[in-house]
Amino acid sequence: MKISIRGARGSIPTTGTDTSYYGGHTSCIVVSENDWILILDGGSGMQKFKLPNNSSIKRIDILLTHLHLDHIQGLGFFIPFFDPSLEIHIWGPASHSQSLHSRLSRYLSPPLFPVLLRDLPCKLIMHEIENSSFEIGPFAIESRFIIHPGPTVGFRISGQHSVFAYLPDHEPALGSIGMHSEKKWISGIDLALNADLLLHDAQYSAPEYKVKLGWGHSSMDDAIKFAALSDVKHLLLSHHDPYHSDEELNELFADLKKRNNYSFKYELAAEGMTFELP
Amino acid sequence: MPAYEIEIILNRQLADCLSMPVFITDTKGNLIFYNEPAEQVLGSRFEDTGEMNVETWSTIFKQQDDEGKLLPPEKLPLVRTLRDQYPYHKTFWIESLRGKSEKISVTSYPIIGRAGKFLGAVAIFWEAKDL
Repeated sequence: MKISIRGARGSIPTTGTDTSYYGGHTSCIVVSENDWILILDGGSGMQKFKLPNNSSIKRIDILLTHLHLDHIQGLGFFIPFFDPSLEIHIWGPASHSQSLHSRLSRYLSPPLFPVLLRDLPCKLIMHEIENSSFEIGPFAIESRFIIHPGPTVGFRISGQHSVFAYLPDHEPALGSIGMHSEKKWISGIDLALNADLLLHDAQYSAPEYKVKLGWGHSSMDDAIKFAALSDVKHLLLSHHDPYHSDEELNELFADLKKRNNYSFKYELAAEGMTFELP
Repeated sequence: MPAYEIEIILNRQLADCLSMPVFITDTKGNLIFYNEPAEQVLGSRFEDTGEMNVETWSTIFKQQDDEGKLLPPEKLPLVRTLRDQYPYHKTFWIESLRGKSEKISVTSYPIIGRAGKFLGAVAIFWEAKDL
């Protein structure tokens, strides 16, 4: 399973020389195995995705954790949408009020965007998911609702030999007692258990989180605690706060390492990183 | 054991912040959490008892009407909520583990999650007031 980070910033694209190392694009990850491609979230990082020349791939699956703007703003600029030979599946969380198509159309329609979803030349197929299990090519995928405002899921993606867990927007420590120590009382933990790689929300420093409780995101400290309780092999801290420069992220991470001595590998996600899981 | 659904987890987190006694059950009526104010009603601590199956905790209270007659379980709000997946409210008397008789009002509501699935129930115990 190959994993490529195309966007690791939270909330809003943040370009500039002071964010060039970790990158300014919002959430987008490309996962591939045996000529099957999954795109996780449609943040601005989606814009530069292209299929290789002479590719035989005829299907792409886009898995959306939720429909906040930083996770869908790249959709309108996703080049494969405009290729009539492609079949594109969009998987996103169900809502009681409106269909996935209808909710996505609120963004992908005038006056916010000139092209309507129904006018895209590709063959577009929508799938509404909840606490679901489904298969796409070689991938077995589990989605579960997790704590974040609005219908939001995380994903556990099992390839032929490895597991990638993806929870970019998640606040498992919400509440007066913070994250519980008993696993069955922790949102999202089933998705992450024993994963080879976990990408998790780590938007805030611990002091920042104290004043942003309930905003739907995690502190770096809570993300690492969640990873430890999940027994993951490798943690990527992501959804970087748009107000954190590269220098500030490096300082926060150095401080985090001083305070935490876990045996598993953990690091800050950066745009352009790639991982080959066995 | 798999983790509880987030709707159950969020109800526990909310109960942890409240000064009202709150009991949370699964769909079968097993008591999966009660908060600190509820510990005073129950006469035991959640840390000590942990989760309690429905057979154990349903016999803790002796529930009676105003005339001192024992109320059958099917008249109790929580039992009705578990059966009908609908909110209920009732005022009655209970005798707690400590042998203390108290007039209480119980409000119960079902937890029906995002996917429309019935996940459990919550009962809030109030000290009854003659309004």
